Amino acid sequence: LRKNVEDFTGPRERSDLGFVTFDITADILNGKNGLETIFDWNVKQLFLYLSAEYSTKNNALNQVVLWDKIMLRGDNPRLSLKDMKSKYFFFDDGNGLKGNRNITLTLSWNVVPNAGILPLVTGSGHVSVPFPDTYETTKSY
Amino acid sequence: RGCGWPGSGGSRGGAAMDLFGDLRRMNKRQLYYQVLNFAMIVSSALMIWKGLIVVTGSESPIVVVLSGSMEPAFHRGDLLFLTNFHDDPIRAGEIVVFKVEGRDIPIVHRVIKVHEKGNGNIKFLTKGDNNEVDDRGLYKEGQNWLEKKDVVGRARGFLPYVGMVTIIMNDYPKFKYALLAVMGAYVLLKRES
Repeated sequence: LRKNVEDFTGPRERSDLGFVTFDITADILNGKNGLETIFDWNVKQLFLYLSAEYSTKNNALNQVVLWDKIMLRGDNPRLSLKDMKSKYFFFDDGNGLKGNRNITLTLSWNVVPNAGILPLVTGSGHVSVPFPDTYETTKSY
Repeated sequence: RGCGWPGSGGSRGGAAMDLFGDLRRMNKRQLYYQVLNFAMIVSSALMIWKGLIVVTGSESPIVVVLSGSMEPAFHRGDLLFLTNFHDDPIRAGEIVVFKVEGRDIPIVHRVIKVHEKGNGNIKFLTKGDNNEVDDRGLYKEGQNWLEKKDVVGRARGFLPYVGMVTIIMNDYPKFKYALLAVMGAYVLLKRES
C-alpha cells in the first residue's frame, strides 16, 4: 500500500482548508489468508475510504474522509490510482492544518456481506504528510 | 384432564365449526389458562427485547433501513443490528444510526468527519453513501455536527430483506391489524393436549 502527496492550504472563513493530491496502489486481500482475494461468497461489496488523521491544538483527534469508492463483487481488488484529488473538502475544525507536520493518510474499507457482520478493516501501510507553514492564495484546483 | 373435547368432529370440513363449538364449550378456567398463556408469550418477547437493549447498550438494537441513501450496501427493508457501547469511540468510516434532535426517525449513514477533544467530547459529520452531499441539511436548524447523544447505535451486522415486514405493516395498517388478529386468535384458541 503506497500513497504520495503534494499539498497546499488556504483559509476559508475561519477554518483551514487543505488540498491534497494522492496516488493509491493497493491490493485488497483477505486478512486470514494473506494471498486470497477479499471477495468470497459472502462479500457483496467493499466501501473504501481514504482518511486523514491528525492532532491539533483544538482537538486531540481529527479524522477527515478525503475520498471514497464503492467496489462491488466482481471488480478488480487491485487499485492503481494516480493524481487523485480529494472528493470532499478537507476542512479543519479551526486552524490546525497550518504548519501541522503530521497528517497520517490511511486507506480503510468496510466489508459489506450478503448477510452477517460488518467489519471495518484498516489497510497496512500509511503515509505521513506535512502541511506547509504558510497559506496560499486561491489557486485553480 | 383429558385430551380433546367430547363431540369434537374429525372431518376437515367441520374443523371451523369445531373451533367455534369449542369456544362456546370452553369453561372459564380454560379461558383464563389461554389468556395467561398469551400473556406469558408477550412478556417473554418483551423480556428478550429488553435484554437485547441491555446487552447492546442501544435503545433500539435492531432497526429497519427506511431509505435508499446507503445503497448499494443497504436497501429499504434490510435489517441492521446495532451496538452502542459507551467506550466505543466514534471513528470515520463507521456506519451509525442517529436521530436528529426533535425527530423520531432514525437515520443510517456513515461518519465522514470526526473531531475529538482531549476530554472525550466528540463531534462528527455524517453522509449517506448514495447521497451527493453530507447530512448538514438533515440536522436541526443551525446544527453543524452530531454528538454522542444523538447516536442510537453503530451497525455491526445486517440481514437483507427481513425488515420488509415492518415496512409493510407501517404502510398498510390494515395488514398489521389483520396479522395481530390472526396471531391473537391462534394463541387464544390453540388447545393443549
